[in-house]
Amino acid sequence: MYRYDEFDAQIVRDRVNQFRGQVERRLAGELLEDEFKPLRLQNGVYLQLHAYMLRVAIPYGQLNPRQLRQLARIARDYDKGYGHWTTRQNIQFNWVALKDIPDVLDLLADVEMHAIQTSGNCIRNTTTDHFAGAAADEVMDPRPWCEIIRQWSTFHPEFAFLPRKFKIAVTAAGHDRAAIRVHDIGLHMRERGGQVGFEVHVGGGQGRTPHIAAKVADFVPEGELLDYLEAIMRVYNRFGRRDNKYKARIKILVSETGEEAFRDLVEAEFEAQREAEKIALPQAEIERIHAYFAPPELAGKPATSAAFERAKAADPGFALWADANLHPHKQAGYASVTVSHKPVGGIAGDATDRQMMVVAHLAEAYGHEDIRVSHAQNLILPHVALDDMYEVYRELDAAGLATANESLISDMIVCPGLDYCNLANARSIPVGQAIAREFASLEDQADIGQLHINISGCINACGHHHVGHIGILGVDRKGEEFYQITFGGRADEKASIGQIAGPGLRAEDVPPALKRVVERYRALRTEKAERFIDVVERLGTEPFKEALYAAD
Amino acid sequence: MPLIKNGAEIENVWSFVPDEAELSPDGCVVVTLTRLLSQADLLLARNTAVGVRLMPEDDPHLLAEHLDRLGLIEISFPKYTDGRGYSQAQLLRRRLGYSGELRAVGHVLRDQILYMNRSGFDAFETARADLPSVLEAMSEFSSFYQPAADGARSVFAARHVGSQEG
Repeated sequence: MYRYDEFDAQIVRDRVNQFRGQVERRLAGELLEDEFKPLRLQNGVYLQLHAYMLRVAIPYGQLNPRQLRQLARIARDYDKGYGHWTTRQNIQFNWVALKDIPDVLDLLADVEMHAIQTSGNCIRNTTTDHFAGAAADEVMDPRPWCEIIRQWSTFHPEFAFLPRKFKIAVTAAGHDRAAIRVHDIGLHMRERGGQVGFEVHVGGGQGRTPHIAAKVADFVPEGELLDYLEAIMRVYNRFGRRDNKYKARIKILVSETGEEAFRDLVEAEFEAQREAEKIALPQAEIERIHAYFAPPELAGKPATSAAFERAKAADPGFALWADANLHPHKQAGYASVTVSHKPVGGIAGDATDRQMMVVAHLAEAYGHEDIRVSHAQNLILPHVALDDMYEVYRELDAAGLATANESLISDMIVCPGLDYCNLANARSIPVGQAIAREFASLEDQADIGQLHINISGCINACGHHHVGHIGILGVDRKGEEFYQITFGGRADEKASIGQIAGPGLRAEDVPPALKRVVERYRALRTEKAERFIDVVERLGTEPFKEALYAAD
Repeated sequence: MPLIKNGAEIENVWSFVPDEAELSPDGCVVVTLTRLLSQADLLLARNTAVGVRLMPEDDPHLLAEHLDRLGLIEISFPKYTDGRGYSQAQLLRRRLGYSGELRAVGHVLRDQILYMNRSGFDAFETARADLPSVLEAMSEFSSFYQPAADGARSVFAARHVGSQEG
């Protein structure tokens, strides 16, 4: 993974000192809260319902064991013993005192981490495929370009006060696990005649007006990527709406301008860049950054492992977990492990300091010191030998981290909801827990197969409900919480926005209604391999709407 | 209101004249873009210097043919959260080659001044920051990843100084 050189280290340290000064001026009353707000936001400090929340950046979701241990230490010493993995592949601490935040930032800087631009109307953490560098189906590794984008966008002087927040995602695999079509900019890496380049999608997003991104360029060669991104950002900064925060995302600019006209604006801006404006990104720099992402040296192994097969035969729990939570690796004899943070009845994405220590240890002992955070709020050990899998499983299981549910019905994305967030209209966590209890049997979940349920506690859609195969949106109606259900959303290469089924349901009615929907799916599928979303694609949402409201 | 330029506090000899007010026959005046464009010949023929104030929605390209005769361009920040002025500044400096004074006016705060300076501003009219704090704000970072209008060498390039492409 990337390591800081003296420039990176100094910039992060400069930032800590700058923010320490800003906090001192705020506490002394020299800075008004209104003036402090965008400064703290650009450093990941939010004011939540109960306390300040600190969001720490995990660039493109990658961590090493030392960093994860430091996060555990922060959770233990400055929070209530846990942290929360976010859909932006970051981590949030919900109970940090403002006066302690500069010290926490220093601890982060000690392990080459920061909280820069994790909030605010600026370019946020660039996200990518959580199996990057390991997945059998990827064309190349997207992480080096994520790192280049991270550096380019960090403290970019022109784009710190955009109309609204701005999110970029990159994928390089045929199957899009980075949800690029629901990002402000989505980049799909391509190879053309030996040259690397990017297909560019702009204007995707969720929130109250969900949009699938428009493709604005088929192939931007890698050497011109940053210039092209600057062209898009400048068009957005100049022309994006600032009169209404709900219409300020770039998706609205794209849809109001029209895709063609927007593309013309970007192309004209890109063409007008003079030589002096082009970002000098030396080939040596591109190569320097790529060198940090060389694949780990994995010992050659046969495709099958006798130890792995023996353990599966002997331990049905392990067999269930191995079937659900392992992803094919590009090298035979290895797999990528999903460390589920979705225990039945638990809180999606929460990790205790002890659990973080366990994963850090496993990454060191068996995982080539590589850990990822997935946008589905789980951790990943991308490179584990099948021979070691049973050991890994047993340690995870002992720590409550081996729920066999990756991409299954209880692997939900759930926003913090009304329990934590001052934007929310309804609770999300208890609804997710109730659904997980309704489908508690892991064997049953395995039989249902891949089914993404995403839950948001308000229209801002932090729980990605628009792109859940089944989406759940909490709304407030005259002081009572109701839940609107959508079907058919997806965030992958066939991205689409889910369709609202009809009137909202009471919280207690959601689990049995979903049970009926799932039973209908099982009755309709032609074979087990036909997933819920495939049946929606084949038959539409009608049968599921009917099942949803078919209560006695 | 303190005016800080190139690291020192200076006296402001310019006065902004709103569209509805009449222009005095002498003195250095700053006018709106609308007035500049509608009365360009008259204004630019004056014996005293003329400046223009851009609002966030103004297109800096409209100044292209007048740039060498302008003594000052002000970019207004009615709200500091409106970042359009940063793009206007970058365009004026890098695309259009403006080399005269570029002044940030309006809601100009200490913690935005570094970004402004990097985007090409060399003067700041601010009620909310004194000279020492402005100087401090401009020196808080030792290096920058990306090139900008200030001409500072980017980290991308600095890492390879001495190599062929440095």
